[in-house]
Amino acid sequence: MFEAVNLQLAAGQLLQIGGKNGAGKSSLLRILAGLARPDEGAVLWQHQPIDDSDFPQNLCFIGHLSGVQPQLTALEHLEFWQAAFGLQPADGYRVLATLGLAGLEDIPCQLLSAGQQRRVSLARLWLTQRLLWILDEPFTALDQSAIVLLQQKFTEHLSRGGAIILTTHQPLTQHFPEAQLLELAYRW
Amino acid sequence: MVMFKAAFVREWRLLARQKADWLNPLMFFLIVLTLFPLGIGAKPNLLAEIAPGIIWIAALLSVLLGAERLFKDDFRQGVLEQLVAADEPMLFYVLAKIISSWCSTALPLLLISPLIALLLGLDATAWLAVLLTLLLGTPLLNLLAALGAALTLSADKGGILLALLILPLYIPLLIFASAAVDNASLGLDYSGQLAVLSAMLCLALALVPLAVLKALKLNVG
Amino acid sequence: MFKWLDPYAKPETLYRLCGLWFPWLMTAAFISLLIGMVWGLAFTPADYQQGDSYRIIHIHVPAAIWSMGAYSSMAIAALIALVWQVKAAQWAIGAIAPIGAVFTVIALFTGAAWGKPMWGTWWVWDARLTSELILLFLYLGVIALSGAFADRQTGAKASALLALVGVVNLPIIHFSVEWWNTLHQGATITKFAKPSIDASMLWPLLISILAFGLWLAALTCLRLKTAILQNEQHRPWVRQLVSSSLKSSVIKEG
Repeated sequence: MFEAVNLQLAAGQLLQIGGKNGAGKSSLLRILAGLARPDEGAVLWQHQPIDDSDFPQNLCFIGHLSGVQPQLTALEHLEFWQAAFGLQPADGYRVLATLGLAGLEDIPCQLLSAGQQRRVSLARLWLTQRLLWILDEPFTALDQSAIVLLQQKFTEHLSRGGAIILTTHQPLTQHFPEAQLLELAYRW
Repeated sequence: MVMFKAAFVREWRLLARQKADWLNPLMFFLIVLTLFPLGIGAKPNLLAEIAPGIIWIAALLSVLLGAERLFKDDFRQGVLEQLVAADEPMLFYVLAKIISSWCSTALPLLLISPLIALLLGLDATAWLAVLLTLLLGTPLLNLLAALGAALTLSADKGGILLALLILPLYIPLLIFASAAVDNASLGLDYSGQLAVLSAMLCLALALVPLAVLKALKLNVG
Repeated sequence: MFKWLDPYAKPETLYRLCGLWFPWLMTAAFISLLIGMVWGLAFTPADYQQGDSYRIIHIHVPAAIWSMGAYSSMAIAALIALVWQVKAAQWAIGAIAPIGAVFTVIALFTGAAWGKPMWGTWWVWDARLTSELILLFLYLGVIALSGAFADRQTGAKASALLALVGVVNLPIIHFSVEWWNTLHQGATITKFAKPSIDASMLWPLLISILAFGLWLAALTCLRLKTAILQNEQHRPWVRQLVSSSLKSSVIKEG
């Protein structure tokens, strides 16, 4: 599917993967996250192949599927993630309030709008200490205020020495002048 | 352990909110049991004779009925891929899933087993055998059903395929469980069959969760 | 441990090896099948009890033996595919499964046809016949699973896992069916226990068994070749192969 993809990402850097629909952005993300195996070549984390390193413990992956279970409430999601992904114990109400979900903490997520569900899903980023974030289209369905909020979170994460790989069609260079851009071309 | 508790609590919340998931297989079980006397005639002797087979076939069908959804939601919503990517102790997640599925689909069968015994004209000894074989056998049903669900997770027509894959594997269980009940209703000793059932359960407990884990990973990856 | 095998697992090498072996295996299979069948069906003496109808043994037994042999080789391929992540082993599973299933059907059909004159009925819930039937179900499961996925790779891996699960279960199923059968109906079946076989019947039988084995190997090579081409069709070596074979056919025609 891909040929000659060669990239490096240092701490504090953001990599944006662009390209037309069907160019293979999500597939590349899945390979980078260790969910799929490349036919040839390897993904390295701190000079180690990701299978042999502590890569998974440093990764926070949110794919285009949000991981939100319609029958559970936002608060229950946070509870599960905190236990399942070893997140910081934190005040769920406060995090959800930051994301503009105050008052919606204990209604089943199926009653929330698409954008609100996306916010619930992204709430993990406010709780995680992990270094590398791999996000597939994180801005989908978000309104302007949420996009600004997320970009602030990105800046904060990068300044702490974290790294972010994401796909999006949003132009990001004005907020993140340092961002690397990888454009995948579609050719058959 | 943290993972086990979290997944277990989550599962029970879902079960509490989706009552159809565990009520429907139970109703299915009862209806299938009712159909047999209607189909073959309500002759008490005949019924008591074929009761072990009927009970076990109805039990394994009703467990299969609820099996497909076991991992489906988590797969569709992306929970599984996030767990796999983060390399969390998935085995505990799998165990929590299997145990809660046993509690939701098989435990009700155990609880209504006196009713089944009444319906099919089994006496107290035969009922005890039904109860004991269900106790030892249904975890095996749930384990193998989980394996089928995990294998067919991303398949196009998962439901019927799952049944095709798993039903042949149920044959040893069906043979020994119904033989135990048979022996009990004839007043014979059936501890041997129970021992075989326990041995099969131990083997499955050791191997199946690992196979489920592998199947989940290859469906996500 | 098996590092020396690695180069053979490369699809390109394996393709050439299969191409190399196939004609030899097929020829050997054809010759031994001819000898076994003609000898067994025409020249061995008739059985003193069963008359001529026992001659079906020369098809039934080899098919039954290799239906299980094919399943075990499939399971070995599955183990290699899952443990060492060898793609060629995944394809081998898909290559063997339908052949094994057909062998199982042959064994079942000949078993039923043999049962008709012997037991007076087409089907008896005999332990061996029943296990053979369940083996067929397991084969069908593997085949159905491998074709059920949009992603062929996932299908291959899932069917590998299922083949392994099946091979763990097969002995359990076999023994439980045997136990079940002796419990329910003993005496009718003991006829099936073979009288110790005479050497004049044994040799053609052994040759037929060898022939079926060679046949299985030859067909597997052929199917594996096709599977390799299908899965590697975008690789340069396949394109080269296709273009060179096209060229040579053009030269022949020209």
